[in-house]
Amino acid sequence: MLNFVIRRLAVMVLTALVLTFVVFTLTNLPPNLEKLAKSEGSVRMSDEAVASWLQQNGHTGPMIGRYGQWLGVLPGWTFEENGTVTGRCIAKGMTAEDAPRYCGVLQGNWGFSTVFKQPVLDVLGRSLGHTGWLMLWVMIVMVPSSLIIGVLSGMREGSRLDRVLSTFAIATTATPEYVSGVILVAVFASATAGVSPWLVEQGWISGKTLFQGTATSAMDKITFWNFTLPVMTIALYGIGYIARMTRASMTEVMTQQYIRTARLKGASFGHVVMKHALRNALIAPFTVIMLQFPWLLNGVVIVETLFNYKGFGWTLVQAAGNNDIDLLLGCSVVAVFVVLVTQLISDIGYVFLNPRIRLA
Amino acid sequence: MDTLGWGSILSMMAARFWPVWIALVVTFALSIAFKRRLGLYGKLFDSPIGMVGFALVMFWAFTAVFADQIITFDPLTQFRGLKNALPGTAVPDSEYGWFLLGGDNLARDVFSRMVMGAREVLKIAPAATVFAFMVGITLGLPAGYFGGRLDTLLSFLSNLVLAFPVILLFYLLVTPEMVQTGIPMYMAAVLFLFPVIFLCTLWNSRYFTSPGKRNLYVGLSLAIGLWAYSGLAFNADPTGLWSMDPNLLNVFVSVVFVNSPTVFRIVRGLTMDLKARDYVSAAQTRGEKSSYIMLWEILPNARGPLIVDFCLRIGYTTILLGTLGFFGLGVTPESPDWGSTINAGRRLLSVYPHAAVVPALALMSLVLGLNLLADGLREESLKD
Repeated sequence: MLNFVIRRLAVMVLTALVLTFVVFTLTNLPPNLEKLAKSEGSVRMSDEAVASWLQQNGHTGPMIGRYGQWLGVLPGWTFEENGTVTGRCIAKGMTAEDAPRYCGVLQGNWGFSTVFKQPVLDVLGRSLGHTGWLMLWVMIVMVPSSLIIGVLSGMREGSRLDRVLSTFAIATTATPEYVSGVILVAVFASATAGVSPWLVEQGWISGKTLFQGTATSAMDKITFWNFTLPVMTIALYGIGYIARMTRASMTEVMTQQYIRTARLKGASFGHVVMKHALRNALIAPFTVIMLQFPWLLNGVVIVETLFNYKGFGWTLVQAAGNNDIDLLLGCSVVAVFVVLVTQLISDIGYVFLNPRIRLA
Repeated sequence: MDTLGWGSILSMMAARFWPVWIALVVTFALSIAFKRRLGLYGKLFDSPIGMVGFALVMFWAFTAVFADQIITFDPLTQFRGLKNALPGTAVPDSEYGWFLLGGDNLARDVFSRMVMGAREVLKIAPAATVFAFMVGITLGLPAGYFGGRLDTLLSFLSNLVLAFPVILLFYLLVTPEMVQTGIPMYMAAVLFLFPVIFLCTLWNSRYFTSPGKRNLYVGLSLAIGLWAYSGLAFNADPTGLWSMDPNLLNVFVSVVFVNSPTVFRIVRGLTMDLKARDYVSAAQTRGEKSSYIMLWEILPNARGPLIVDFCLRIGYTTILLGTLGFFGLGVTPESPDWGSTINAGRRLLSVYPHAAVVPALALMSLVLGLNLLADGLREESLKD
């Protein structure tokens, strides 16, 4: 087991290194750097001015060397002009002798965001906090409801309940977040269309709409009114998928010999489902839920843009849209980290839950 | 002319779709009449779910084909005073007379844009899926069949791509700067080579015993394949028949790139499962070449799950294209594709929902149709 975890960790570190290098290369392509130079310097820079700006700011040299500096395994660049030394690790008001030699991600220096005019770590910390709340509520809604739907439809395959729930599950998997978000807002949060005008007429709601169409106010205080729609939008897509996986694994378990034995023994149907089938049926969905995290990341980007909720996804869009290289790299590190860790957890959890799998 | 009510809007829309209804009725009548002779496709008409899915998919496919007959206005023309017009608003001094589903924030007809959007989506999604399958099959078969180092390397590479959050990848790849650097062209040069390799190996492994036939098939594949290849990847086709706009090429390549590792994993898994079967051992004993065993013994027997996944994947590709449009990546601003129209409509969503809801429902019904079709196919292919 320990051997397995160590090997997995080694592959994970290698993957993370390759992925961050790819992102670094793609964000530091010559056209991107030229755009950065023009936005930091002046728009009407000549080609020579751009080239010298890039050289003064350490954007020249081989890509792998710059990546090493960003990572913090190579000494940061320095540039000497008219006796004053500037460099990657030399902060304002610091002499070249006092500055540390290495200052990359490993040393905790994630760079400076040009969009938010703040250190990248601060921006990431704040936005991840917001997204954390969103994710928490999504999980609270998504996991139990999808498991219940899956188990209910899988325990009697082909029944009417199964047909209804399966159709619902297929419909939700066919609805990407940007579609369900738009439809939910139109139905529940529009003052002119959907159910809200009718509810106001009946006098059942005091505000203008049933739910709020933006989640900006949820950053200060989460309420049922402003947070329901974003959470539902992300959760709906996942519910269908996890429910279908749970259903498949439940139907498979229900045909096993030991379920028939338990039924023949005289155990009630409810007892068989709860005691004998459930645990075995939940192994596959566990993996799926874990692997769903990368997908949630996708949903988070769409939903935060749609509902204007300034979390991680919104930050990523801002960083990418404004050519904010350091922030985009920071976001990618977080995203890649989340994906790899969830993969590892799902592998290990799978082994723990399923006694039939033994790893040498 | 008065503003229309919902009843007349719906009936007039149904009337506009007349070529689609005729084509659908003909397709269904012919398919049901000959369903016993049509193999898996015919069996689809035994499953109600599959039929509903097939009808939805074909509805949009025929809409894309007959879009020019269905649209009521030019999708790019703006009409004065009809900004955000509600569904059923009359258009004075015009040939057709009404904005059936209202106007968008630039006073264009939502209905016509939705219909033209179907064409935009269905032009790219199936083709991108086919390419992803070619790449996935060409790499997945040897990885699963031979195993060893090749498998380790290819699996590592596919896991690398899969570990990338899709949106981040799109934001990095689908940018104007990326087109400047020419990276999409290099990616296209690699990815578009796979169909040619696949076809040549396919014919060669089967007909290498009769050189006449082999030379004909391989020659034809090479000639047409490389002709299309030069045009699509490098825009260097002398006749100009095959060409792709650089932005579109970028979108296409990115979508293929994102999809192919998943196909690779599926094909690899299926191959590993099938290579232990008796007919594979029999072929090995006969002394068949590996390429023949992979392409003519294993691949046909893996077709069931692959066809099902193909339907699901077209839906997924449609969703991806919508995502790209939603973030305004790689498409021209006035493009009528569903993702960008949803994006354009969402700004005024709570006041004038129709401009965003119409393409949203269209996209949802197409993907739903593909999912139902895949479900029906899976059910029917498991029966035998």
